[in-house]
Amino acid sequence: MARAITTRKKVTFGIIGWGIGFLIFFPILWTFLTSFKTEGTAIATPPQFLFFDWTLENYHEVQSRSDYMKHVTNSVVISVGSTLIGLALAIPAAWAMAFSPTKRTKDVLMWMLSTKMMPPVGVLVPLYLIFRDWGLLDTRLGLVAILTMINLPIIVWMLYTYFKEIPGEILEAARMDGASLMKEIVYVLTPMAVPGIASTMLLNIILAWNEAFWTLNLSAANAAPLTAFIASYSSPEGLFWAKLSAASTMAIAPILIMGWFSQKQLVRGLTFGAVK
Amino acid sequence: MLTRTLLLGAVSVLAMASFAHAETTLTIATVNNGDMVRMQKLTDDFAKKNPDIKLEWVTLEENVLRQRVTTDIATKGGQYDILTIGTYEVPIWAKQGWLLSLDGLGKEYDKSDLLPAISDAVSVDGKLYASPFYGESAMVMYRKDLAEKAGVKIPEKPTWDEIAEAAKKMTDKSSETYGICLRGKAGWGENMALITAMANTFGARWFDEKWHPQFDQPEWKKALTFYVDLMKEAGPPGASSNGFNENLALFQTGKCGIWIDATVAASFVTNPKDSKVADKVGYALFPTGAAGADNHGNWLWAWNLGIPASTKKAEAAQKFVSWATDQAYTELVASKEGWANVPPGTRKSLYANPEYDKAAPFAKITLDAMNAANTSKPTVKPVPYTGGQFVAIPEFQGIGTAVGQQFSAALAGSMKVDQALQGAQQLTTREMTKGGYIK
Repeated sequence: MARAITTRKKVTFGIIGWGIGFLIFFPILWTFLTSFKTEGTAIATPPQFLFFDWTLENYHEVQSRSDYMKHVTNSVVISVGSTLIGLALAIPAAWAMAFSPTKRTKDVLMWMLSTKMMPPVGVLVPLYLIFRDWGLLDTRLGLVAILTMINLPIIVWMLYTYFKEIPGEILEAARMDGASLMKEIVYVLTPMAVPGIASTMLLNIILAWNEAFWTLNLSAANAAPLTAFIASYSSPEGLFWAKLSAASTMAIAPILIMGWFSQKQLVRGLTFGAVK
Repeated sequence: MLTRTLLLGAVSVLAMASFAHAETTLTIATVNNGDMVRMQKLTDDFAKKNPDIKLEWVTLEENVLRQRVTTDIATKGGQYDILTIGTYEVPIWAKQGWLLSLDGLGKEYDKSDLLPAISDAVSVDGKLYASPFYGESAMVMYRKDLAEKAGVKIPEKPTWDEIAEAAKKMTDKSSETYGICLRGKAGWGENMALITAMANTFGARWFDEKWHPQFDQPEWKKALTFYVDLMKEAGPPGASSNGFNENLALFQTGKCGIWIDATVAASFVTNPKDSKVADKVGYALFPTGAAGADNHGNWLWAWNLGIPASTKKAEAAQKFVSWATDQAYTELVASKEGWANVPPGTRKSLYANPEYDKAAPFAKITLDAMNAANTSKPTVKPVPYTGGQFVAIPEFQGIGTAVGQQFSAALAGSMKVDQALQGAQQLTTREMTKGGYIK
């Protein structure tokens, strides 16, 4: 009897789980399908799900009109670069706060997070002027710098929570054995925190990849990443959904594939420390 | 030996410097409209004539572009050498000193060939500040077959009452055919463009001579009530989220009897590749109302190429602007893509061309509509602003969109017409007081 209920429960939860999963996935699927339609069928009512004349015309058009590889390269450099620099800055910071907290550590953490609370457009003009004067407008270096700063609070917070889960006694033991601070971080702490660091890294690459406000406003022709590539396919006068969908599919494909391969790390990292 | 090395170094530095000097890169900000995309494809011709000028394109969504370019031009960031801007921005930006005057574009450019209404819209104190790339007014497009079936005739200069009657007769909800499609999506360039032009024909104005909002006046109530009632009876479901593109899709798939919108739509709906109704479209001027038989809404818009004052490459930029907007460009497009695809609405010579008239059945009515537009006197009573379907003040983007939300809610039925007008009056008064127009 008890067993029967469990099975039924399992099935129910399975169906609900898959249902929710499909619901979340549906917009991406729909974008993908729309990218193979003509502009006419893309806006047809009722919407056509699978039975339409599939065409590669949109991909052809997008390829011939934009330099996709330039945008991808920019996106990769900007997202990976800003994440790596961010990690290099955040690991020591999070280490200090997790293992030798002071009276004010909590306040410092809160202050870091509070920098994220301001709507970015509020500092657009001052930052734009700084970028202009330093010659950083429309450069990858400028975008790497800004995204590093934007995402730094999140990186510090995530690493801090992961580091907190590591028992301080292990580090003490290493110290007893005569490990220097550097060795302690590199050989003891980092290996134990790898899942946490990996998931922080992946999440931040995704965040930086998707960041659309700064990347659009501080770039023009040279440093424009995929966000600008997508934004160029929306039209005030003329139908554009199919081409926009093709551009979107091409823009999310690299990051989706990366996420697919690293989902084990992601899940492990995100649930790291949840079970105690 | 040392001298030789130094000399060699100096020579190569010089060579590099002169090379860098020889190649100028122009960064052009533009929107993704058909005519602009065509221009990008045809730039080989420009490159052939100007091998020392390289072009970089930045295409962005209209609102993103507006924000992006405004930031850059206001801070003199100098990221762009050529900007695609609308007739709304040109006078405002020119007065700020943000744009270079284009009076020195050369003989081939022939400024006198520009349509007077368009040329006025992009000039300040008689000086040209942007070069029109394509222009539009608004007009009625209708299905000749449906009109015949319903037994109605739409005159060349219809009134709103005639349009309403025809729309109601053409509606057949069982076959998903709706008599009329009008913009309903909130936005200063979406529903407010249509409603403002429509209100002009009803004799309503945005502001009186002292910048006091006029939404509490009877003309506005009549205009908005007429719009909401007509759309409820003969419009498609969910009209409050329909903009230009949504209505285009409805009309192309045969679901609209009448569509009143920008004249540029005519080239879309008559293109047999995308449109099911390509051979069944008739045209008429924008409907008239209480403001008299000569007031056709005064809708006038153009996308123009302007050069920011912050550019360091003004000479090369002028060469490009001249190439993209002179008569030779029109002929280039015609030879490569056919006369039906040339950018419309900027030059008299295009409308005097019999080949264009043959390829574009909507040419004459487009010209009539553009000539009928008077943006300095949009309605009967005097106004302190210029602009037909918009008000050319910097605050209008914000106010127009907020009022558009009220009117869109009235169309959706979540608000009464009176409430929407009251809301519009309140928020406009507040913003205009904040802006210092009302003391």
